[in-house]
Amino acid sequence: MERLSASAILKKYTMIIALVLVVIFFSFTTEGKILFPQNINNLISQNAYVFVLATGMLLCILTGGNIDLSVGSVVCFAGAIGATMMDKKVNIWVAVLSMLLIGILIGVWQGFWIAYVKVPPFIATLAGMYAFRGLSNVVLQGMTVSLKSETFIRVFGGGADCYIPDVFGGDGLNMTCMLAGCVAVIILVAMQLKSRINNKSRGYETAPLGSTVAKLVVISAVILWVTYKLASYKGIPTALIWILLVLLFYGYLTTKTRIGRYLYAVGGNEKATRLSGINTKKVYFIAYVNMGLLAAVAGILTIARLTTAQPTYGQGYEMDAIGACFIGGASAYGGVGSVVGVVVGATLMGVINMGMSIMGIDANYQKVVKGLVLLAAVAFDVLSKREKK
Amino acid sequence: MAKVLLEMKNITKTFPGVKALDNVNLKVEEGEIHALVGENGAGKSTLMNVLSGIYPYGTYEGDIVYNGEVCKFNKIKDSEEKGIVIIHQELALVPYMTIGENMFLGNERGKSAAIDWNETYGEADKYLKMVGLSESSKTLIKDIGTGKQQLVEIAKALAKHAKLLILDEPTSSLNETDSQALLDLMLKFKKEGMTSIIISHKLNEVAYVADKITVIRDGSTIETMDKHTTEISEDRIIQGMVGRELTDRFPKRHDVKIGDVNMEVKNWTVHHPLYPERKVCDNVSIKVRKGEVVGISGLMGAGRTELAMSIFGQSYGTNISGQLYLDGKEVHLKTIKQAIKNKLAYVTEDRKGNGLVLTNPIKINTTLANLDSISPRMIIDKDKEYQVAEEYKGKLKTKCPTVEQNVGNLSGGNQQKVLLAKWMFTDPDVLILDEPTRGIDVGAKYEIYCIINDLVAAGKSVVMISSELPEVLGMSDRIYVMNEGRIAGELSAEEASQEKIMSIIVSSGKGA
Repeated sequence: MERLSASAILKKYTMIIALVLVVIFFSFTTEGKILFPQNINNLISQNAYVFVLATGMLLCILTGGNIDLSVGSVVCFAGAIGATMMDKKVNIWVAVLSMLLIGILIGVWQGFWIAYVKVPPFIATLAGMYAFRGLSNVVLQGMTVSLKSETFIRVFGGGADCYIPDVFGGDGLNMTCMLAGCVAVIILVAMQLKSRINNKSRGYETAPLGSTVAKLVVISAVILWVTYKLASYKGIPTALIWILLVLLFYGYLTTKTRIGRYLYAVGGNEKATRLSGINTKKVYFIAYVNMGLLAAVAGILTIARLTTAQPTYGQGYEMDAIGACFIGGASAYGGVGSVVGVVVGATLMGVINMGMSIMGIDANYQKVVKGLVLLAAVAFDVLSKREKK
Repeated sequence: MAKVLLEMKNITKTFPGVKALDNVNLKVEEGEIHALVGENGAGKSTLMNVLSGIYPYGTYEGDIVYNGEVCKFNKIKDSEEKGIVIIHQELALVPYMTIGENMFLGNERGKSAAIDWNETYGEADKYLKMVGLSESSKTLIKDIGTGKQQLVEIAKALAKHAKLLILDEPTSSLNETDSQALLDLMLKFKKEGMTSIIISHKLNEVAYVADKITVIRDGSTIETMDKHTTEISEDRIIQGMVGRELTDRFPKRHDVKIGDVNMEVKNWTVHHPLYPERKVCDNVSIKVRKGEVVGISGLMGAGRTELAMSIFGQSYGTNISGQLYLDGKEVHLKTIKQAIKNKLAYVTEDRKGNGLVLTNPIKINTTLANLDSISPRMIIDKDKEYQVAEEYKGKLKTKCPTVEQNVGNLSGGNQQKVLLAKWMFTDPDVLILDEPTRGIDVGAKYEIYCIINDLVAAGKSVVMISSELPEVLGMSDRIYVMNEGRIAGELSAEEASQEKIMSIIVSSGKGA
């Protein structure tokens, strides 16, 4: 790693710094309310769908700034199918599998048009946005279907009591939660150490010790702080488990696997990638199939959280997901972006939403602020690119 | 003596690392046709870009004196206002607009709030007649052929009240009849008092149409010939274009054994992907032996890149026919993946556009074409990737702080090395290098030549496509000369010379 100057650090961590500043800002304006354990907890469970959808959206955006407008409708449609099935007394696991399968099939359908027929993604998914919204209405016959399966709701983090049970029992702090936080920190430190030792022994260049330690300390502190907050409320929300599963899996996929590499390469230079013997059509296809799958996962989380399915669910979700990616540093031209960025982007949007709600700002103005934040983030991306030339 | 319309004095233009123009002088008299000739990359187009304001005043040194006054153009509009209009090699027409709309694009007729379509089409028809086109100006551009599109470009220039018309390779995409018509049109305009500058590779056309010929070589003006005082022949022009001495710019190869035929292409015909009736490669047969460097020479647009890419897993063209033998066995390579598996590599001429992912680091670019070998079970072995990248960095002497560096931040020469590393890592037997030293400095060129020598010393075969004649002559064991999609000649290293190659190109062009 090259040694970073102050301005380079500022550039690299802009959005994280922005997130910290926004949090500090809201802690003042809400008199610290935004940092209440319950609010931290809500931030996670209310935004679960954003994390999941934005991760899928990231893969699409990586392939060249391509977005998927249909995800909100697909969330609703998958949810509608599942809720209806469970309402008809179908086994919940069959229902869950069907929802995932529906998501994949929708992904295949859209991916086919985008990758093989070369319909621009914007159009193909706009079509999907209309079609699946309509189909959701058809499935639900315009009505609300409520979920009765306690198991489903609990597993997928909905309702009032959606926490990992505290195995130690007892009052006060939720010890399971604290323990999980500690374990996470230990694993993180161990992995960093191992890779550092590995690199050193092979004679590779490593980042300066100071910056690695500083980074580890900050990340560990954040993890422990969040788990402490959660522990002093009701413990680990189930939704967090699903978010973490998705984030860790896709974090791995994008950084360590062949397909991850292809996603970046196609977005960075499609022609060069094709001339390297890589089937670029397949790469686009996979990105959209995967988006369908994750939209279904978000659908499951959404109906579980709201314990109903309604034809209006998921409206505007696509925009939240796209916004989170771009705020998190994904390039609107593709080839640049990361799952960590998605986490930062989604959290930033969530914090802004929540902070303004606590302050009692009108929902319409909240939208204005969200729009401006998105514009600023992308303008920053474009401008910082121009500087290089 | 006629009045001097344009004088460019001591023009020097530097790009980062390259001096594209060095003290160039050009004098054009009113009412003459002045030709600019020179090899690819000699600086002809750069000079015209300086003249037309694409490179604004201040980015170059020297003066442009036009019509007696010193001009300081900041943008194309400035030069067009003075009547200097340039027509570029690539036509700048919008296919789904009519001739009339194209002609007045950016120069619309009528008031600022509303375009006067009657005036637009009426005027357009008038100018179309002047260039001898009978089409209605309401015809869509995509519905007329390239020859006519070229004429529309000229009509468009006339509509801007051109006094000095600059044509950059106007006939490069035209057939013989259309070319002739265009040249005759230029002569007709000359009679009407128009001054023109024509840039062309086709020396027979230049000799036919031009009053004066200025030769540019390596960014400097070499000489200006006047048709009326000296006898201008193609040989005379060639002599001016290539009169450069070959010095020790190419490393010697010692005792490389030339073995069996490694790749052979027979009766290879490729059609244009968009205009399937056009043959881009016509019945081409070439072969390359183990340990041999085979050069393919020819002008831009001769079909060399297209030949290479069509061989490389049909990455270009349609209706490809012919046989391809690798190591004596016939193979049918339908995809790039198959080509790579069969140990063929194509190193593109366009390293930024087609070769590298500029936003990614060196190590990722190095392994991209052969990722499978370092990613058992789909998971990338990052240690191995790093080692591979480091190994090639050392082998090719790539200058970079670390292999984590983004390729976009490297110099052209180092980018070229990363591109070579990428393809060497696929372990090919035959490498097709397309313009391997384009746009890189002399030192880096020498290093690339050394790499080529190492490759053939290891028993590989190298096909080198190059527009730089000295490079082809200095590096090749054997040279194919390509022109207009056909192999126009084959020369051994001993018999080849710049004059011979140029005259093969010129004579085959005339025969067509």
